[in-house]
Amino acid sequence: MAPPAQSQRTQSPSQPSGKGEVSDLKTQLRQLAGSRAPGVDDSKRELFKKVISYMTIGIDVSSVFGEMVMCSVTPDIVLKKMCYLYVGNYAKVNPDLALLTINFLQRDCKDQDPMIRGLALRSLCSLRVANLVEYLVGPLGLGLKDSNSYVRTVAVFGVLKLYHISASTCIDEEFPLTLKHLMLNDPDAQVVANCLTALQEIWSAEASNSEDASREREALISKPVIYYFLNRMRVFSEWAQCIVLELVSKYVPSDNNEIFDIMNLLEDRLQHANGAVVLATIKVFLHLTLSMNDVHQQVYERIKAPLLTLVSSGSPEQSYAVLSHLHLLVMRAPFIFASDYKHFYCQYNEPSYVKKLKLEMLTAVANESNTYEIVTELCEYAANVDIPIARESIRAVGKIALQQYDVNAIVDRLLQFLEMEKDYVTAEALVLVKDLLRKYPQWSQDCIAVVGSISSNNVQEPKAKAALIWMLGEYSQEMHDAPYILESLIENWDEEHSAEVRLHLLTAVMKCFFKRAPETQKALGAALSAGLADFHQDVHDRALFYYRLLQYNVSVAESVVNPPKQAVSVFADTQSSEIKDRIFDEFNTLSVVYQKPSYMFTDKEHRGPFEFSDELGNLSIGAEAAENVAPALMVEANDKDLLLSTSEEEEIKGPAYNGSAYSAPLYDASSPSVSSLSTQSELAISNLISPGNASQSSFAIDDLLGLVPASAPAPAPLPPQLKLNSKAALDPGTFQQKWRQLSLALSQDFTLSPQGVAALTTPQTLLRHMQGHSIHCIASGGQSPNFKFFFFAQKAEESSNYLVECIINTSSAKAQIKIKADDQTTSQAFSDLFQSALSKFGLS
Amino acid sequence: MISQFFVMSQRGDNIVFRDYRGDVQKGSAEIFFRKVKFWKEDGQEEAPPVFNADGVNYFHVKVVGLLFVATTRVNVSPSLVLELLQRIARVIKDYLGVLNEDSLRKNFVLVYELLDEVIDFGYVQSTSTEVLKSYVFNEPIVIDAARLQPLGPASIFMQGTKRMPGTAVTKSVVANEPGGRKREEIFVDIIEKISVTFSSSGYILTSEIDGTIQMKSYLTGNPEIRIALNEDLGIGKGGRSIYDYRSSTGSGAVVLDDCNFHESVRLDSFDTDRTLSLIPPDGEFPVMNYRMTQEFKPPFRINTLIEEAGPLKAEVIIKVSAEFSSSITANTIVVEMPLPKYTTSNIIKFLFTVSNILYKIVGGSEHTLRAKLTFSQETHGNITKESGPVNMTFTIPMYNASRLQVKYLQIAKKSSTYNPYRWVRYVTQANSYVARI
Repeated sequence: MAPPAQSQRTQSPSQPSGKGEVSDLKTQLRQLAGSRAPGVDDSKRELFKKVISYMTIGIDVSSVFGEMVMCSVTPDIVLKKMCYLYVGNYAKVNPDLALLTINFLQRDCKDQDPMIRGLALRSLCSLRVANLVEYLVGPLGLGLKDSNSYVRTVAVFGVLKLYHISASTCIDEEFPLTLKHLMLNDPDAQVVANCLTALQEIWSAEASNSEDASREREALISKPVIYYFLNRMRVFSEWAQCIVLELVSKYVPSDNNEIFDIMNLLEDRLQHANGAVVLATIKVFLHLTLSMNDVHQQVYERIKAPLLTLVSSGSPEQSYAVLSHLHLLVMRAPFIFASDYKHFYCQYNEPSYVKKLKLEMLTAVANESNTYEIVTELCEYAANVDIPIARESIRAVGKIALQQYDVNAIVDRLLQFLEMEKDYVTAEALVLVKDLLRKYPQWSQDCIAVVGSISSNNVQEPKAKAALIWMLGEYSQEMHDAPYILESLIENWDEEHSAEVRLHLLTAVMKCFFKRAPETQKALGAALSAGLADFHQDVHDRALFYYRLLQYNVSVAESVVNPPKQAVSVFADTQSSEIKDRIFDEFNTLSVVYQKPSYMFTDKEHRGPFEFSDELGNLSIGAEAAENVAPALMVEANDKDLLLSTSEEEEIKGPAYNGSAYSAPLYDASSPSVSSLSTQSELAISNLISPGNASQSSFAIDDLLGLVPASAPAPAPLPPQLKLNSKAALDPGTFQQKWRQLSLALSQDFTLSPQGVAALTTPQTLLRHMQGHSIHCIASGGQSPNFKFFFFAQKAEESSNYLVECIINTSSAKAQIKIKADDQTTSQAFSDLFQSALSKFGLS
Repeated sequence: MISQFFVMSQRGDNIVFRDYRGDVQKGSAEIFFRKVKFWKEDGQEEAPPVFNADGVNYFHVKVVGLLFVATTRVNVSPSLVLELLQRIARVIKDYLGVLNEDSLRKNFVLVYELLDEVIDFGYVQSTSTEVLKSYVFNEPIVIDAARLQPLGPASIFMQGTKRMPGTAVTKSVVANEPGGRKREEIFVDIIEKISVTFSSSGYILTSEIDGTIQMKSYLTGNPEIRIALNEDLGIGKGGRSIYDYRSSTGSGAVVLDDCNFHESVRLDSFDTDRTLSLIPPDGEFPVMNYRMTQEFKPPFRINTLIEEAGPLKAEVIIKVSAEFSSSITANTIVVEMPLPKYTTSNIIKFLFTVSNILYKIVGGSEHTLRAKLTFSQETHGNITKESGPVNMTFTIPMYNASRLQVKYLQIAKKSSTYNPYRWVRYVTQANSYVARI
């Protein structure tokens, strides 16, 4: 809370600039500084309070630093504390003045009162001034050996603070080893817990540079250490228990008996009133039993009740955090929660973020036995005063309809929504009816009758309008006035602002034309000419495409636009299962609340301790899809499925999807979404015309146009030094294994060219580029501005591999690479090659 | 691990602000406030308790109109941070007696003292009022509790029967009584929040009781305490199936679905005779939280009738009957019913309250609320479909729906003259009490 930027504060008129007041304070403090009059401490207290209160509201009071230090020579502990607080805040910006405080802080570190020793030590370590580090070492060393546990707890964190100011000093003084000793021997639980925390932070940060540190980090989750902590669980405070439990969740027991022992030991933690303890315990249970299917399921049963109790006790905020975790579990194993559906009913006064989660859970747990009741309940919410929730409820009904085999009753309900005559209800219901028809074409008769009675004038929302138009095109045979409605819509082409609607209009009128040519011909002509003149690129392209297609051959055009259709059997999920697994691995973290894995919202260094499973977890993205070769393409292939089959869902769950790692560039999201509504063969073609849709198709284009002959890599990369095999192959399993086995050969940071940064809108673009340099990607992920890649390459003549982890931050134009190699001697040569390849990215 | 902690007033200024790690920018409070104030994401208008902006995670809880906020860049456990924020608020309340903007501003130095000890370098050290006592040297400046609006569920006792010492809930654990000697007393409150949803035909669709046994002890020397609950108390679904067939209320045993306990509670004899023993730490804390879905008799029945009188007019009749003993009085009652937008009879078009009076309802009585509605457009007979449900909020002191009881409260102290005041109090509140129409 050091002084905020001046400009910020002086601008706001309500805040006093404080200049006059501060100089007043300064004089008053100066007067008191030397005084020994009785009662002087009281006046000092008042002045100090004023200084702190200015500091709190953001007035810069750093100018009284000298006076504050002078006044702090006092036995009054309240004064001392205020002074420490002040000094801690301003030392960083006043490193020179901070030196003044060292003296009295050091003296206080030797005070008789352990409280003062502790406070002084804490303040000393909180100064955050690099050139004062030398003064810390002595007091810290003493503090760690202090007879008073309070001083030791403070000293342990002092070491951690020192590490953050000057890591080398901390390591050189061998403080971590002292902490390790304390951790295993100190009688005070809080000292032990602090040691664990500090060591986790230090060793995780060091692990990338030093083998020792990463071994030490591994040692924390070794059996003796874990058992040491487990056996002392009760003596720890509830907060320390959370830290220990998090550590235990990383432990891999050697056999099932051990697993049961640990679970039995921790069983009563599930009854703790502190939700953080319960969730940490649950994480241990879930992770321990991952490989034991039956037990894992029993764990779900066991934790249900405690979770529900936590949801209903505590503040709305706390219950939201727990509910998010319950949500995750429900999504993973809906059948286990099917009988508890009533707990997911929304309550009148719940915040909408809670209601939204509950609606999703209700959707997930719906099965044959409870659907009727759930849908009845959801229909009640459709009339809710909270419109976003009402919409969400209608969508939920629709999703349940798409899950169920017996949709009879639900269809009736949806059709009733259409008759409610509320704009947003109609809009949502239309979109759902469309999805429903794609899956259950047999319902067309009933639906079309109702949909036909809706006037297109009453439908304004683009998505709903697009759905209506799709139905008009698809069922133009059954809907008598379909051509005329389409015609009137085309007449108003210019007023239609949504490109999505215009695209649908084009397709619908085409379909209609093939069924009822005489009535539609005129409208089709109008639509095509309006489309050709359209300023929107996709609309223009599609109009032109239809036009040429018709010109070429009408019957071919019909087979493209209007072939017989197959019902969609399953709407794909919006989140890939890999992402879901990542989130599950990160149980009891923010990932669950945000519904995204941590690499999407935090920098690497902030992901918390023990994220070394990270790399391997990421790899699995490639690994699971990797049955056949060409690994670089697999991630995109996944991506493509995702986009094409679920474009509709994507719109419904927009935000969740946007979080996904592999979102395509924004502009082409609309084109696949449209094509998905259309037919299979149309799809194939739209694939060709939509750029960057998937690299497979782009390759095809490249081949056709001869732009980048994939077989002949661009100017051979510096052959004399190192030659890579352009057809290298490595399966993800081997990669994963090697990555684990090999030691780090090289780690480098460098800057990317601005062109490179500009070109890196999706991971895929870089993959293609690197492949041209015979460096292949095995897994990739991330989202602007953070991307992460795993590459591999092979020497041309021998089967010596290079493995690369490459993290690119486009906002800072920084790339960080870690190279591991079978043959360490050539790793530098490879690194040069890699960098030169990367530096060419964006230029070609 | 958190990076910063601050408390903000509703107007967006910092009352206290503590930076523990210095890795989040200084302007975070301002960024946070702007985000929360103008939240509009995912079609929602209320910021969730946890959100991420530019790599910084913001956590907040609302306590008596104040925002308790923490920031961090690390992927931490959200429930840990939210629990911590809530706990900090409670510790501060224990010290100040009353928690509100005024008392915080007057005592901010003390609060800084607390924060220093509660968190070090972003990690929680202790949230125990008791432990913290030895590190806190400022005397709280107690503000006059009499002028205050009642806050929190236990505050109901402040205005209630005279037997209750009104100031107890607002007493600081450290401040000395003006009279000098500290009064020896202990409070055990059984607070139940009930949720009931009635179908349009009056049938109970869902019902749940979420209860807390809350304790606040002012006993010197921390004697051990034993609390005995109903002897036939059942816990868990195993026991429940037997009782499912019983008639809704009557002599049947109380069966909780689940419960959890404060860490100081020892359950050695809980399984045999349903007693809890504990050495209560200073300050206010929940001894036990419980949840019950066993059927119970709802305290109120609500009947709603909407009579359409022509295309543009209608009348709403809501009948509320109190089905509890006449010796008990419910208060702070509000009944509300959302109406369609085109209702013109009320200034608040969307959500209006049929009766916004602070009613008192005596047990056994019946009240009818009537309201005439006029519409700006024809209703097409949809009025019933588009309005409702009726929602009711109330507080009933000395009533508990679950029939869970504290049979006795034993204080283990050898002296025969030692007889501290023991207060066991019950209160039931509506959480979501909804009747569909």
